[in-house]
Amino acid sequence: MIHTLAFYLFAVLVIASGAMVVLARNPVHSVLWLILAFFNAAGLMVLVGAEFIAMLLVIVYVGAVAVLFLFVVMMLNIDFAELRAGFIRNAPLGAVIALILLAELVLGVGAYRVGIIELGTPDGSAAPLLGESNIENIGALLYGRYLFLFEMAGIILLVAMIGAIVLTHRESRAHRAHQNIGKQVARRPDDATEMKRPEVGQGVEL
Amino acid sequence: MDLTYSLGLVIPELVLTLSGLVLLLVAAWGGNEASKPVSIAACVALGGAFFLTAPAVCAGASGPDTVAFFGQLRIDAWAGLAKLMIYAAAGAALVVAPAYFDRLKAMRPEFAILVLFAALGMSIMVSAADLLALYIGLELNSLAAYVLAAYLRDDDKSAEAGLKYFVLGALASGILLFGMSLLYGFTGTTSFSGINVAIADGLSGGQLFGLIFVLAGMAFKISAVPFHMWTPDVYEGAPTPVTAFFASAPKVAAIALLARLSLEAFGTQATAWQQIVGFAAIASIVVGALGAIGQQNIKRLLAFSSINNVGFILIGLATATLAGASAMMIYLAFYVAMTVGSFVALLMLKDADGNQLETFGDIKGLSTTQPALAWCLLLIMFSLAGIPPLMGFYGKLVIFRAAVEADLIALAAIGIAASVIGAFYYLKFIKVMFFDEPVDAVKGKSDWAHWALLVIATLVISPIAFLGTEWLGGLAEAAAAALATAG
Repeated sequence: MIHTLAFYLFAVLVIASGAMVVLARNPVHSVLWLILAFFNAAGLMVLVGAEFIAMLLVIVYVGAVAVLFLFVVMMLNIDFAELRAGFIRNAPLGAVIALILLAELVLGVGAYRVGIIELGTPDGSAAPLLGESNIENIGALLYGRYLFLFEMAGIILLVAMIGAIVLTHRESRAHRAHQNIGKQVARRPDDATEMKRPEVGQGVEL
Repeated sequence: MDLTYSLGLVIPELVLTLSGLVLLLVAAWGGNEASKPVSIAACVALGGAFFLTAPAVCAGASGPDTVAFFGQLRIDAWAGLAKLMIYAAAGAALVVAPAYFDRLKAMRPEFAILVLFAALGMSIMVSAADLLALYIGLELNSLAAYVLAAYLRDDDKSAEAGLKYFVLGALASGILLFGMSLLYGFTGTTSFSGINVAIADGLSGGQLFGLIFVLAGMAFKISAVPFHMWTPDVYEGAPTPVTAFFASAPKVAAIALLARLSLEAFGTQATAWQQIVGFAAIASIVVGALGAIGQQNIKRLLAFSSINNVGFILIGLATATLAGASAMMIYLAFYVAMTVGSFVALLMLKDADGNQLETFGDIKGLSTTQPALAWCLLLIMFSLAGIPPLMGFYGKLVIFRAAVEADLIALAAIGIAASVIGAFYYLKFIKVMFFDEPVDAVKGKSDWAHWALLVIATLVISPIAFLGTEWLGGLAEAAAAALATAG
C-alpha cells in the first residue's frame, strides 16, 4: 500500500517537475525544477530496489551536473526574447522531430512487446551474490573480479589530470604582488626620498 | 586463479605503473631540472619491463596458465612479442626526445611519464581478452597520446594536431563503444572466448552490427583507409619524437589487439570480417602509395608510408590463418625498426642553428655533405620499398606467402602491384639525396644516442638480419599458436 502511494507520489512529481523544466520562463527556475525531477527519480529507483543508482542520481546529477548547469545558466547572459523569436518559424521543424521521436517510441515499445529482439543470455560471470544489497554486489565485483581494470581506470583519470596540467599550467614569470615584510621594514627614508634645492627659476630635474 | 597469481603475471605492467607514479612525484618536486633523470629512469623502467616480458616470449607461453584476472587479460606469447616491440619503440622515442625539446625549451619531465603510461595502456591492449580490458587499455593509451600530440602547446601546428587527434579519436572511441555495447547485448558476455561460443552457429543481425562498428573503431586506431584522414595532419603537426612514437608503438598495439579480437572472438565467423579487412588492406595500400607521391614534407610522406604499411599488415589478417598472424608479427618487427630508423634520421636533419629540416628541398645532395646519414637513409628507404636483400622485402614476402597459401591470390597481386607504385616515392628520396645538386642545408651535429639508434635500426633491416629470421619466425609462430590455444 505504502509502496503504491510512494510510487504515485514520486511519479507524479517527476512528470510535473519535468513539465515545469520546459515551461518555466526563467531558466534558473528550470534548472531548479530539474533538480527536483532528479530527486524524485532517485526515489523511484529506491522503490525498485536500485538504491545504488538512486545514490548516483543524487550525488552525480544533483550534486554535480545540475549545479554546473545552474552556474552556467546564471553566468551566461542569454537574451530570452531573442531565443523565443524564432519559435513560429522553427515550429514545423520541431513538429517533425517530435513526430520522429513518437514513431521511435511506438516502434521501440512495439518491438519490445513482440519480443523480436533476441538478446544474448548472460554468461553468469557477474551473477549477483544472493541476499546482499546491490551496493555490496557492485563493490564485490569492482574490488574482486574487475579489480585490475578498476585500478587502471584510476590511472586513466590520473593521465587526464596530468594532461590537463601539462597543456595549461604556465610558470608565471611576472612578479606577483606579494607583500614582502622584510623589504618593507628595511626601507629607510633616505632610500625613498631625495632632497633637492633647486635654484630659483631652474625647476627640478627628475 | 587467485589474485596473487594474476598479479605475478602482470609484473611488467606493475613495474610501469609504479615507476610512472614515483617519477610523477619526482617531477612534481624536481621541476624542469628533473627532466633528464626522469627520462633516463623511464627508459630503465621500460627496459626492465622488456626483460621481464622476454622469458615468456622465448618460452612461447600459451594455454590456461596465461589467463589473469578472471579471463580479462591473457599474458601469452602473442601479447609478449607485441609488448617487446612496444617497449623498444617507446624507449627509442624517449632517447631522441630530450635533444629535440631542449632546443625548444619545452622539455618537461611529464613527457617521459606520459610515454610510460601510454606504454602501460598499450600493454593492456595487447593482453586484453575482454572488451572491458580492451577499452581501458585503448583509452589509457589514447589519452596520453592526445596530450603528447599537443605537447608543444605554443606551436600552432602541434596544438592543431592534438585537437584533431582528440576530436577524431573520441569519435572513434564512441563508435567502438557502440559496437561493444551491441556485442555485449547480443551475446551476453564481454569476454572474447564467451563471444566466440555465443556466435559459434552464425552471427545475428545485432552481432554483425556490433562487429562492424568495433572493426571501424579499431581501423581508426591503426589508421587504415577509410579511417586514415587524421594521420597526415597529426603526424605532421606533432613534435617529431612524438610522431616517431605514434608511427611505431600504438600501431603495434592496435594491430596485435585487432588480430586477437578477430581471431579469438570472431574466429569461427571469419568470412564475416575477412572481406572488410581485405578491403581496408587494399584501400590502405593504394591510398598510402598514391597519397605520398605529391608530398614535399617528409613527415607527411612518412605518414602515408605508415598507412601503406598498415595495408600490408592487414593482408596478413585477412587470411584469417595462424600463418597470416605470425607473418603480421614478423612484418611488424621490421616495420618498427624501419619507422624508428627513418624518424631518427629525420631528427638528425638539422641546420647550423639546430632547427629541424623536414622537406625534400633540404636533403638535396645529402650524400656528399653527410654520407653516413645518407647511406643509412638509403638502406631504410630501399627496405621500405621492399627491395630484395633488405628485411622490408622479407616482411612483405612472408605476408604474401601467407596470403597465397590462404588462396587470396587476388589480394596478394593487388598488393604487389601497389607496392611498385609505393616504390616510386621511396626511390625519390634516394634520387634527391644522391643525384641532386647539394644544397648543404644539413649542418647540425647529432649526439651518439641518435647515431646508435640509427645504426641499430639499419642493422636490423640490413641483410645481416637474415641470420635472425629463423629465430624471429619461431617466436612469431609460437606467438600465433598462443592465439589458437587461447579460445
